Amino acid sequence: MYGKGLRPLSIATVAAILAAFSLVFFYTPLDADQGFIQKIFYLHVPLAITALVGFVGGGLFAIAHLRSGNSKWDAYSYVSIHISVIFGAAVLITGSIWAKASWGHWWVWDEPTLVSFLIVFLMYATYYPFRYAIEDRERQGRYASVFAIVAGAFVPLNFMAVRMAQSLVHPRVFATTNGGLPGSMMLTFLVCLLAVGLLWITLVKFELTAKSASGQVKRLRRALDAPAPGSRSRIAPEVG
Amino acid sequence: MLSLLAATPALPLDEAGKYVAGAYIVFLALLVVYVAIMAAKLQRIERELRELAGFAEQRNEQRAEVEAEHAEVGGG
Repeated sequence: MYGKGLRPLSIATVAAILAAFSLVFFYTPLDADQGFIQKIFYLHVPLAITALVGFVGGGLFAIAHLRSGNSKWDAYSYVSIHISVIFGAAVLITGSIWAKASWGHWWVWDEPTLVSFLIVFLMYATYYPFRYAIEDRERQGRYASVFAIVAGAFVPLNFMAVRMAQSLVHPRVFATTNGGLPGSMMLTFLVCLLAVGLLWITLVKFELTAKSASGQVKRLRRALDAPAPGSRSRIAPEVG
Repeated sequence: MLSLLAATPALPLDEAGKYVAGAYIVFLALLVVYVAIMAAKLQRIERELRELAGFAEQRNEQRAEVEAEHAEVGGG
């Protein structure tokens, strides 16, 4: 019953996104240094935080899967990583757009924050071929869980290493001696973070519900002993 | 709403505006693509369910026919 509570959650997500975008464009003052281009920050940073937390969450679900052997946790881990990879792609694209506007370049290779995020993203991009390469479903789940745990542990370590590194041009907004965000900007940022977080949870629930429905159809087909039309090999974990 | 708009700082839709618009459009486009993919998945599940329902009904009809035949043979 993954679809339970999906409707109110979806409504809350839409309301939160509308509120967040309204605050970004109609309430928050323009940044004195960057001007209008700073508005990308309210989308880019919450997406990045949510994606990274989602990757770590995928690792935690993978631990639960290895401990219990319940494939439900494998599905949670897979879907968490799947949605986080989509968010990660959005982070890279929005970040590149901001970099072009602010620095005049789409990408800067000697900036640790950018390169480290790209490494994390590419690492998780290999999760799919790694997973699909294994046919046996149980082995597939186990190996994918080990991957998710190792990669999930790498994410906070990578984040800390980047924070400790001497940044060249990428701005440090939080927890810096140069001061953080003023009240109105912080409020907008937190609402954006909430909205993007809710969006992540909603998409994860949507994906799990779709997988569960697909799994139930397969179960029904087996019970009826009906022929499968053009049966394709399953690459994602089945949710019962 | 009018007071909200009145309090709004002017949106400088010049050089920076196209980049900000681009970033937000990318985000919305990704969402739309995702929803489209989910809609396609939902359609496939619906089609499969319809097929299975038809298959189950057909099987029930065949079973009823066989039972009727058996009853006739047994009765005759």
